[in-house]
Amino acid sequence: MIGNIHSIETLGTVDGPGIRYIVFTQGCLLRCQFCHNADTWEIGTGKQMSVSEIIDDLKTYLPFIEASGGGITVSGGEPLLQIPFLIELFKECKKLGIHTTIDSSGGCYSTNDHFQQQLEELLKYTDLILLDLKHIDREKHKKLTGLTNEHILTFARHLSDKRVPVWIRHVLVPGTTDATEDLEKLGKFIGTLKNVKKIEILPYHKLGVYKWEALGLEYPLQDVEPPSEESVERAYQLLTAEVQFI
Amino acid sequence: MVQTIVKDETKMEPWKGFAGGTWQKEINVRDFILKNFTQYNGNDEFLAEATPATNELWKQVMELTKKERDNGGVYDMDTEIVSTITSHGPGYLDQNKETIVGVQTDEPFKRSMQPFGGIRMAKAALESYGYELNKEVEKIFTDFRKTHNQGVFDAYTKEMLLARKAGIITGLPDAYGRGRIIGDYRRVALYGVDFLMAEKKKAHESTSKIMTEDTIRLREEISEQYRALNELKQLAESYGFDISKPASNAKEAFQWVYFAYLAAIKEQNGAAMSLGRVSTFLDIYVERDIASGTLTEQEAQELVDHFVMKLRLVKFARTPDYNELFSGDPTWVTESIGGMALDGRALVTKNSFRFLHTLDNLGPAPEPNLTVLWSTQLPEGFKKYCAKMSIKTSSIQYENDDIMRPEYGDDYGIACCVSAMEIGKQMQFFGARANLAKALLYAINGGVDEKLKIQVGPKFQPITSDVLDYNEVMESFDNMMEWLAGLYINTLNIIHFMHDKYSYERIEMALHDTEILRTMATGIAGLSVVADSLSAIKHAKVKVIRDENGLAVDFETEGDFPKYGNNDDRVDSIAVELVQNFMKKLKKHPTYRGSMHTMSILTITSNVVYGKKTGNTPDGRRAGEPFAPGANPMHGRDTKGTLASLSSVAKLPYEYALDGISNTFSIVPKALGKEEDAQIKNLVAILDGYAAKTGHHLNVNVFNRETLLDAMEHPEEYPQLTIRVSGYAVNFIKLTREQQLDVINRTFHETM
Repeated sequence: MIGNIHSIETLGTVDGPGIRYIVFTQGCLLRCQFCHNADTWEIGTGKQMSVSEIIDDLKTYLPFIEASGGGITVSGGEPLLQIPFLIELFKECKKLGIHTTIDSSGGCYSTNDHFQQQLEELLKYTDLILLDLKHIDREKHKKLTGLTNEHILTFARHLSDKRVPVWIRHVLVPGTTDATEDLEKLGKFIGTLKNVKKIEILPYHKLGVYKWEALGLEYPLQDVEPPSEESVERAYQLLTAEVQFI
Repeated sequence: MVQTIVKDETKMEPWKGFAGGTWQKEINVRDFILKNFTQYNGNDEFLAEATPATNELWKQVMELTKKERDNGGVYDMDTEIVSTITSHGPGYLDQNKETIVGVQTDEPFKRSMQPFGGIRMAKAALESYGYELNKEVEKIFTDFRKTHNQGVFDAYTKEMLLARKAGIITGLPDAYGRGRIIGDYRRVALYGVDFLMAEKKKAHESTSKIMTEDTIRLREEISEQYRALNELKQLAESYGFDISKPASNAKEAFQWVYFAYLAAIKEQNGAAMSLGRVSTFLDIYVERDIASGTLTEQEAQELVDHFVMKLRLVKFARTPDYNELFSGDPTWVTESIGGMALDGRALVTKNSFRFLHTLDNLGPAPEPNLTVLWSTQLPEGFKKYCAKMSIKTSSIQYENDDIMRPEYGDDYGIACCVSAMEIGKQMQFFGARANLAKALLYAINGGVDEKLKIQVGPKFQPITSDVLDYNEVMESFDNMMEWLAGLYINTLNIIHFMHDKYSYERIEMALHDTEILRTMATGIAGLSVVADSLSAIKHAKVKVIRDENGLAVDFETEGDFPKYGNNDDRVDSIAVELVQNFMKKLKKHPTYRGSMHTMSILTITSNVVYGKKTGNTPDGRRAGEPFAPGANPMHGRDTKGTLASLSSVAKLPYEYALDGISNTFSIVPKALGKEEDAQIKNLVAILDGYAAKTGHHLNVNVFNRETLLDAMEHPEEYPQLTIRVSGYAVNFIKLTREQQLDVINRTFHETM
């Protein structure tokens, strides 16, 4: 089984518990204005890597991963665009006892049977999902990412129904995703979920801007500066207002 | 007449309360430690803050440090008195506050004059700071008393001189003290000097009676050792202490150990004057005093703080050239902490914590070179404390006890950066390093130096093809390494013959067994440059650009190739074979005093200087650009993240590089994790993982690039900013601008 891979990072320390071997997949449906991996958008390109190739490489890092209580995280891009590949990869990981995590925005979630069947199979081998909720407001979500958010919220509820553990993540972009009203609404929504292990506010940063430039794209958040520590803390309070952590 | 301790009732008192063993009958510090140490499995909560006396003394040191910096790098230098164990009277910071006393001359920060390694170096060191060497001293060491330096140059061949000039072999200890010898300074505290002298007397009486050169030399050396021990007693007497008998409490134990070390640094300006492994040994005395109610935790910490403060004051008179080669003003007072005993216990005591805690009480500093002997089996509390202090201070290096213990047992220490040796039973002949990147260029150019444009190596057939063929290059390179290995060992043989003869380490060797293991510690530089160059030749297409005389001066590479540092076997295996291959070649050549061949992959910071002396290389590195330090991958070429980089280095076979494999790793705090707890946990996991993968050494730096950039612009605000470089730590603001930029540009792992 072959996947379209953007790159590998061997020392991931923020995308899941412990030290993570991170596979960045190539291809995404969303076009988030703050994206720091714009070079992973294009679908169907990237480096073709087989499951066994990745597993062989991953194995060499087990001493680090095991010592840290870490595992593998598939990020992107949008990993769920390549579910059959993920199923094979995670099956192999489980044989080795490796903790598996998907970092997804749910942007390609669908209720059609084909997708549902595949997803159900994948979730058997998935220990944790890092779920990006970019915006609670339909229109603002569309402006920010290019797509509306109904199916993403449905995905969140689906994972809650299935009791698949998630870390909810929210990128805090000053002037775009930090309005009190929106954060309160998002907090209420999170409060309805029954599978939340952790909530993380990801402060917007500019480290990916150079990639937009390299791709010849105009960066839409040119004048936006990273949020202050206080506003990050405030956002955390609002998002966790009603949550019941598992 | 000297009696043995067991027979003398009055000498039993100092050992009261200790568990007995063979250590009472013979010199065996290891046995004493194993029978008496108390493993500590807890965390850092017990540690005490600095006392007012400590704070005041340290303030005084910082003021002197500032004066030294304002004065252009030295505070004062002795121009008259040749430094010996007994040359100078007592000197103090503040006698009323110091619990541990003794400085190298008659006042702190005054650098001693040590001409036995070479009078020219001693004179140049003085002159470069505006001091003038006493004429009579100069005359004595020029006309009447030969030095090590002169001896070496009397024996060097033309070929050696040329290789030295071209820089294919450099950093050789032929004009300065070789260092990297660790006296077992603990013996003085445990046994007192009289017992050690009696043992040396016995050794002198029991040598072979067949007077070969070896026997005669040994007999002369033992006599010198005996005499040096007597001088050590006089040194202590000048401070009002009688150290002929064993230390009877913790304060005396620290003081006795320090006097022994002080004698060594008064007698030798060795490149690395390492301390050994004293913290757990000294903890035994601390534990005994605390148990008997004669010492508090705060007093114990004060002893450690004052002892460490003295180690931070160690200074030598050296030339700016030397400092450029080694960066800053290093002395490598390396102290090895932790590690496991062969019986499975961890040699971690409260003193292991107290020594690291000096980084809080006195602030970060490059010296002493705090070296944690890391094992995956160390207690969790200690592992976490180490990681915490690394993140906070970037002042600790780690070496893999799990791979060293099988080679060296459980009472070894690190000399300099990465050189393990059994304490008191083993010494090394420090051999600096050979430049393998240059050797590769010699292979292509038939022994002609690409910079000097003269024949330096043997006149082999140069490679004349337009595109380099891997097999052809390898064959030629193999021949060139064969030549280099022979020349290198023979050069070292001369150096160490002369060092023994003209600048013998009397007191350090007096604190060794009489029969010892010697190693011939060679080294290599340019490993990653050569590995990547050969990978380019093998996996891509490398065209040669030649000058008007047909000399290859540049290379043009078409296509991509695997690069060392990405955990890619296609190139990592080239690096591994290179290490094995060169070591095998070295072994073919007999060594001075039958020493055992060893090799290190360590450049200190001379990777900058080596780079300057080496032309364009096939990996794309431009002429003059620095090599990667030690065994590090070239910066910017490791693209798969920290663990891929560490995994490549961990493949290098320690059994072929028993003198150490240095790796420097710098990371921004956020790349270790979001919260402090996660950062600590992840750093522990990185160290455990690297150890499990049989990596040898890791320097750990944790800080933001911005901090360093700011320190470059505002050095006055960062007097204690410490960073780890190849195998030791330096005060960042003491580096040259070029070295500062090199540090900032390389080995930074910033992935978020």
